[in-house]
Amino acid sequence: MNLHSVEMDRWSPIILTLVTFIPLAGALLLLSLPRRDRDIRVFSLVVTLFTFVLSLHLPVHLHRAQAGFQYELDRAWIPTPNIHYHLGVDGVSMWLVVLTTFLSPLCVLISWNSIHERVKEFFIILLVLETALIGVFVALDLFLFYFFWEATLIPMALLIGMYGHGRKVYAAVKFFMYTMIASVFMLAAILWLYAKVGSFDFVTIQNAIRNGQVANFTGAAQWLFLGFFIAFAVKVPLFPFHTWLPDAHVEAPTAGSVLLAGVLLKMGTYGMLRFNLGLFPDQARANAWWVMILALIGIVYGALVALVQPNMKKLIAYSSISHLGFVVLGIFTFTQAGLDGATFVMLAHGVSTGALFMLAGILYERRHTYEILEFGGLASSMPVYASFFLFVVLASVGLPLLNGFVGEFLVLSGAFQARAIYGILGATGIIWSAGYLLWMYQRVFYGKITHVVNETLPDLDPRERIALLPAAAAALVMGVAPLLWLNAIDPAVQTALAPFAQLASKVVGQ
Amino acid sequence: MAQTIPQGVEYVRILPEIVLSLFGMVIMVLDPLVDERSTQKLLGLIALIGSVAAIAATLYQSQFPGLGFWGMVKVDGFSTFFHILVTAIAAVVILSSFEYMQVQQIRAGEYYGLILFGAVGMCLMSSAVELVLIFIALETSSISTYVLAGFRRRAAISSEASLKYFLLGSFATAFFLYGVALMFGATGSTSISVIAQALRLSPVPVLAYAGIAFMFVGLGFKVAAAPFHVWTPDVYEGAPAPVVGFMSTAPKAAAFAVLLRVMFESNAPGRLWLIWVAAALSMTLGNVGALVQQNVKRLLAYSSIAHAGYLLVAFAALANNGIPAAMFYTASYAAMNVGAFAVVSHLAGAGERYVTLDDYAGLGRRSPLLAATLTIFLLSLIGIPMTGGFFAKFYVFSAALQANLVGLTIIGVLNSAVGAYYYLRIIVVMYMREAREEVPAIPVSPALGAALGISVAATLYLGLLPGRVLEYASRSAAELLH
Repeated sequence: MNLHSVEMDRWSPIILTLVTFIPLAGALLLLSLPRRDRDIRVFSLVVTLFTFVLSLHLPVHLHRAQAGFQYELDRAWIPTPNIHYHLGVDGVSMWLVVLTTFLSPLCVLISWNSIHERVKEFFIILLVLETALIGVFVALDLFLFYFFWEATLIPMALLIGMYGHGRKVYAAVKFFMYTMIASVFMLAAILWLYAKVGSFDFVTIQNAIRNGQVANFTGAAQWLFLGFFIAFAVKVPLFPFHTWLPDAHVEAPTAGSVLLAGVLLKMGTYGMLRFNLGLFPDQARANAWWVMILALIGIVYGALVALVQPNMKKLIAYSSISHLGFVVLGIFTFTQAGLDGATFVMLAHGVSTGALFMLAGILYERRHTYEILEFGGLASSMPVYASFFLFVVLASVGLPLLNGFVGEFLVLSGAFQARAIYGILGATGIIWSAGYLLWMYQRVFYGKITHVVNETLPDLDPRERIALLPAAAAALVMGVAPLLWLNAIDPAVQTALAPFAQLASKVVGQ
Repeated sequence: MAQTIPQGVEYVRILPEIVLSLFGMVIMVLDPLVDERSTQKLLGLIALIGSVAAIAATLYQSQFPGLGFWGMVKVDGFSTFFHILVTAIAAVVILSSFEYMQVQQIRAGEYYGLILFGAVGMCLMSSAVELVLIFIALETSSISTYVLAGFRRRAAISSEASLKYFLLGSFATAFFLYGVALMFGATGSTSISVIAQALRLSPVPVLAYAGIAFMFVGLGFKVAAAPFHVWTPDVYEGAPAPVVGFMSTAPKAAAFAVLLRVMFESNAPGRLWLIWVAAALSMTLGNVGALVQQNVKRLLAYSSIAHAGYLLVAFAALANNGIPAAMFYTASYAAMNVGAFAVVSHLAGAGERYVTLDDYAGLGRRSPLLAATLTIFLLSLIGIPMTGGFFAKFYVFSAALQANLVGLTIIGVLNSAVGAYYYLRIIVVMYMREAREEVPAIPVSPALGAALGISVAATLYLGLLPGRVLEYASRSAAELLH
């Protein structure tokens, strides 16, 4: 035990820096590698795997009972404005980091054969994206956070625009402009806070607000809340801001979709949890009613639209809108169960929707279409693929003992605590999701083979199995032993809920 | 400061100008003597050495702050900043011109000389504290750039650019001179410090308002601020690409230096609304105009109008925050824009044939490194974090917010969002569209590579570690305001 803590002391200040920047270092090394595609793929796989293994240090050594940020590193970076290089994670952001590092090697594997042109650039972009995504979750300086937040934009837009299909340029530009414009509002709010507090540090600003040391805060708080909220709502995406998502997903390459749905969307919900709740608890309370209504609309609307999609990828994209609605709903219940559940849905959705996109991508590689009507009866020609698909679909619809169930259950129980009608409406979302996913499954895999080409489709090759297995395994473990995750999430959520302690009872009483 | 013969140290206070002029004259003398083949390299090299020597002279000179030549020249942190900026721009532009002159088959001769003479004027603009000397410096820099704009003699469009620039430019300088005359009438002096004292006494004479307005018209023309911006797209389109890189940054920086001195050091009255309107107009007209451009040079011309607008926002802000923000902005704008035009001049090819957006299609595939370089400059122009452009905008807008200019800040932020669209369009075209016809890929020459390397390094340095430059700017701004 003693030895243990010595080791922690040595590693804990730099571990987050290492995890964040090793992918970037890998990308820089890739620049100098010759254009031999196989070497580049292997190298990227090694880098992402190494990052994943290194990131496992975080959950292993986390002091689970301890609230607040851990593995902190705080160094002055730029004197004017007073920007610090301040990293740290709590139970929530730590798992999001691990989710990112977990999905990245799978993305490399799934792109192994589907990317033929400009391979080097592809993997460079992927690695840069990984660094930016991890950075978003570990940054505790608002400026640094914004920095990484914007930095995710360019590689993602390039992935869609360079390696996507169909109307890829349209989708890439739409994605870029939507999120860029929305984040300008967040920047404005950050700058306002800086002007009043004189620091970008999250903890400093939080304390200043709680102690009432920010001048004119009461007048501006609503605007600040909205400034942050718009940036996050577009990213999630919450109901009226969702229109970029289907386009971006449908045209994106598989790896892009996996990271987009798996991690990028969670930046938005993470932001709401960390900043909207963390900095503006009163405004979060005051605005919760319409946010929850939007979330419920998103849950039902996303599911209904998913139901009628003829395109498999678009269906999964709309299902993401529905699932992320659960997350937002859970966050704005301000209950322990709701927030635990929201965080768990983020992770579960990352794993299972990531897997769904990989599966859709595998089919696309074989047939170059996502149209559901082009398939049918695939269960006989691709049995292994079909069983993987079924497993992931079941995980996604929330079958007990798989990962989807735990989170949605917690969110709904939180929603019922807040107000019964929220819980009832939210619960319909689970029924819908069973509907559209299972119906899609039925149309693609059961019945007779209607197209001759589908008779001879090759089943999964070993590489694809290796890419899918970890995701499926994670879905199972998360469903069977959710406490492994929840006991780290719980203290962080309790901290986030501290200012709501007296309020929480009021919600129930309403 | 009686009418005495200048002391030795006073010559040091114009040392960079002396060095630049000497090297310029050497080039002019050598030009007819050397063989036409070797002129390119030799004269360019002399010019390069000259500009580097001028940087060294500036560093030496900065140890002797103070007034010189009967109070007409002042060496302080402020002037040192702009001296280094202007001469560094000149050096990078010279580096990027080697290849261009060869490809365009232009006899280089006085080209390099003119860049140095232009730099003399611009350096002097930043250290002059007397309106008549400022005027002479302004003319020196302008006349050089008029000629440089017309250097593609065989292209009608270049001559058109030169003539347009000359006619409108002279008109604008006349305005400036008129303003100087009115100011003299109002305060009885042309020395900025005397004017400042006179203007502190109330009531401020009405003539002074008119004088300031006229001077602002003249300088607004030089920095391409709306509503005096109409010449910019045509001139930038016609002038040789490296020259555009030069004249969109160095004279602008110098003119902004003069504006800073005239507006802040002279305690100019009524400056706020004047600048407010010009800033809002420049940002809006520049960005909206750029949206529809197909020609990359024209697009960057409109973008430079917009950036003049962002810069003016800093002028509208309080002096103690606005001046360092404006200085930082000129530096980072110089880094990214000189770099962008270096790429444009490389890609333009003989006779500047390839300057439309369509010609950039597929560049990401054709020459990945060049495309990546241009992407960095464009991202910086958008104002993406990690690049100098981000902190430039950041400082400007936070200075404006601190001065409670909320309306202007909102206009500026919305404009940056619009601006993102057209810069992004170039990136999209480079990476996501296939080339329609085979555009030849010319290998990048070492000199141009060095120019690009310096620009990228400067852009990223200002984006990652802006602290030192900003601190320097803040200190010299404090000096400026006493």
